[in-house]
Amino acid sequence: MNPLAIIGQFILGFFEETGRLSIFTRDAVRHIVLPPIYFRLIFAQMVKIGYNSLPVVGLTAFFTGGVLALQIYIGGSRFNAESLVSSIVALGITRELGPVMAGLMVAGRVSAGLAAEIGTMRVTEQIDALRTLSTNPFKYLVVPRLLAATITMPFLVLIADILGIMGGYIVGTKSLGFNGAVYIRNSVDFIEFNDVASGLIKAAVFGFIIALMGCYHGYQSKGGAQGVGRATTNAVVSASILILAANYALTSLLFS
Amino acid sequence: MTASSEFHIELKDVHKNFGPKKVLDGINLQVKRGHSMVVIGGSGTGKSVMLKCIIGLMTPTSGSICLDGQEVGHLPQHERDGLMRKFGMLFQGAALFDSLPVWENVAFRLIQGAGMDRDEAREKAQEKLRQVGLSPEVMDLSPNELSGGMQKRVGLARAIAADPEIIFFDEPTTGLDPIMADVINDLIVDCVKRLGATAISITHDMASARKIGDDAAMIHKGKIIWNGDVANIDHSGNEYVDQFIHGRAEGPIQMDILKA
Ligand SMILES: Nc1ncnc2c1ncn2[C@@H]1O[C@H](COP(=O)(O)OP(=O)(O)O)[C@@H](O)[C@H]1O
Ligand SMILES: [Mg+2]
Repeated sequence: MNPLAIIGQFILGFFEETGRLSIFTRDAVRHIVLPPIYFRLIFAQMVKIGYNSLPVVGLTAFFTGGVLALQIYIGGSRFNAESLVSSIVALGITRELGPVMAGLMVAGRVSAGLAAEIGTMRVTEQIDALRTLSTNPFKYLVVPRLLAATITMPFLVLIADILGIMGGYIVGTKSLGFNGAVYIRNSVDFIEFNDVASGLIKAAVFGFIIALMGCYHGYQSKGGAQGVGRATTNAVVSASILILAANYALTSLLFS
Repeated sequence: MTASSEFHIELKDVHKNFGPKKVLDGINLQVKRGHSMVVIGGSGTGKSVMLKCIIGLMTPTSGSICLDGQEVGHLPQHERDGLMRKFGMLFQGAALFDSLPVWENVAFRLIQGAGMDRDEAREKAQEKLRQVGLSPEVMDLSPNELSGGMQKRVGLARAIAADPEIIFFDEPTTGLDPIMADVINDLIVDCVKRLGATAISITHDMASARKIGDDAAMIHKGKIIWNGDVANIDHSGNEYVDQFIHGRAEGPIQMDILKA
């Protein structure tokens, strides 16, 4: 086959997908504000998406904070800068690693789950059935998941921040020989409101991306079990890449 | 309601393509108010697609679909969704919501669509389940705890819960044992009569077709190739219909399959 044709096909496919995603996003956002709003469903999804992600997010943040303290200590000791460990851990966690690690972990857990759930509903005609029962699938399925993820991610990241700093504290005091009180004071004194707030803004955006990718790929899936499997993979991959890209964009925007 | 047309449902030259693939290729079909039409035809000939075009889940590529003489085939989506109230549909695979218990499936339109109080909706669901021969014990089960026949009955109860004026049954007896199939047939006849609804049923099962239908039509390669009174189906004079109802492997349909 002509290599130019392959490139052309790839580019056309890319624009087609971008267009479909834009329309899907526009429809979803429009339905967030139009009544009816299903509060019961939003709450149920907040539990499923947010609360149930606590263990994985908490553990990830805890170990990340710990390893960060170790690495900074090793690196810092080459310049006699060991005393910076607590401040750098706190900054790194709140500004970058808290939101990004939580985002990636929740993307794995939630995007995949949403794509599988909605994809199965698509291929078993449950989404068609919803429409025949005078219920808009965007309102009933997509909006509650988008809202729940966008609202709960900042809370998850706040908890991740705390646990990450705690991981650093435990490594710092138990194995690196820092004084507990000094360690805490150095972290708290050094962090500014903006460091935490920027992380939470990122978290909300990541939450939106995670739910959007899960719903979008599930909604578009066709062709039985294989199609649902593909949707699940695509949801996780695209959510992860978009999170990293959005993270770069937000960082340059928020700290410029 | 005053009928402004002789026909409740009328399709004129309806085409539906998926990309280059022509699935419906000029369907013409009329169903009178209160009549029950059965549509027969081989797998993959576009029977489900036709129902989805009429109910508004798919938009036809071209052609006209009229309800009570009013053109609905090309209305914008939100107006089309507004007409869903008129319809009930039993899906080929039942399509029950597996995240909800049986009673909420049955009462779904009443709660989400009509905003009915949950207790009241539950009572209504119980009544509809009784009409399809299910006892109140199944109300709180999950749909995947039910047998295929029971799922079809719950699907039927859900389709009739809001007293629709048009009901579609997509292969209601496929995959059921002959006795359960006959139970479902009786329920369909009973429900359609009770509601005075207009019905279109898709089936491969001739016993079912004879029992449910007043009129019959056969679809082949995206066209209606025969239609008439169900009683005349045995002497239709159409060799495609003859081959289909006798289930013969040899005949014009096979020729077409080999050519295709
Ligand atoms: N959403 C769709 N996209 C592409 N092709 C479809 C779609 N739905 C149905 N088809 C195709 O249309 C044809 C008719 O399908 P269908 O109406 O389900 O057949 P049946 O008569 O067995 O109910 C099939 O070949 C199917 O592959
Ligand atoms: Mg079908």
